[in-house]
Amino acid sequence: MNSPTFTESTLVSGLIESDRAAVAQLIQTHQGWMKALAERMLNDGALAEDCVQESFISAMQKVASFQGRSSFKTWLKRIVINNCLMKLRQQKHRNEINVDDLMPQFDHNDCRLELQWPAIKTPDTVLQENQNAEQILNYISQLPYDYRVVLLLRDIQELNTKEVARILECGEGTVKVRLHRARCALKKMLEPILFEEKDS
Amino acid sequence: MKKMTSSIMRFMKGKMLRYVPGMVTCAEFEQFIDDYLDKNLSPKETIVFERHIKLCRECRDYLTAYANSIALGKAVFAVDSDDLPVPAEVPTDLLQAILEARPPEQLG
Repeated sequence: MNSPTFTESTLVSGLIESDRAAVAQLIQTHQGWMKALAERMLNDGALAEDCVQESFISAMQKVASFQGRSSFKTWLKRIVINNCLMKLRQQKHRNEINVDDLMPQFDHNDCRLELQWPAIKTPDTVLQENQNAEQILNYISQLPYDYRVVLLLRDIQELNTKEVARILECGEGTVKVRLHRARCALKKMLEPILFEEKDS
Repeated sequence: MKKMTSSIMRFMKGKMLRYVPGMVTCAEFEQFIDDYLDKNLSPKETIVFERHIKLCRECRDYLTAYANSIALGKAVFAVDSDDLPVPAEVPTDLLQAILEARPPEQLG
């Protein structure tokens, strides 16, 4: 389909007027990254497809309220994230692990209780091994909803603490605590693939 | 072979970290990890934090593994949006569904 090239402002005007060519350009320009983002957040291709379609529809319904305070892509990204959060909330307690068992341990002198390993692999080395990337995605998907969402928004989407607190409607302190606990749990889960055990 | 530091060594280290000025315990160190990685510590706090890293192998290894876990989380999710294929054809059903999703006031 050959569609005329719209600038951001003419695209927005075109969408408000339900211009077919504007909608076609909206899909062509944004569908790829929206699907990639939804797949990463949801870890489910079919659910991500639904999420993208719903996000386009939400965008179309709300486009008249777009005021250009951020870029159109940032505005659209927020819609996708919110739709993903709704879907994640619906599957809240599926296969979730208890993170309390994965927190760092200290003795009565406040000294860390940690096994000493001969070597720690670099991220590049870990990712060179087959199936490790899939395993890491699987571990992240096992984190409880409150922790997984903070990890996704803060570490993966690289939103700052204030933005995450606004999206999740909680305090910045809560975001920081959940992020730290999520990172601690992920580190503990990754130990089998992160640490190198050399023969002595 | 992985091993745990002996309890007598931990006892001595714990006393030193707790009572020597300018030191923090491992439990206190834990509370500063994220701010250290985000470079949010003051210069004075950074010196104390980095002094602990030099003295404590457990926290040094822990911090490395913790930072590598964050990097791995980011790496497995990273997709360069510029590398994503642009669909040659716009799906007609999707286009139609979006066109039909006019805001309530436009439905007349």
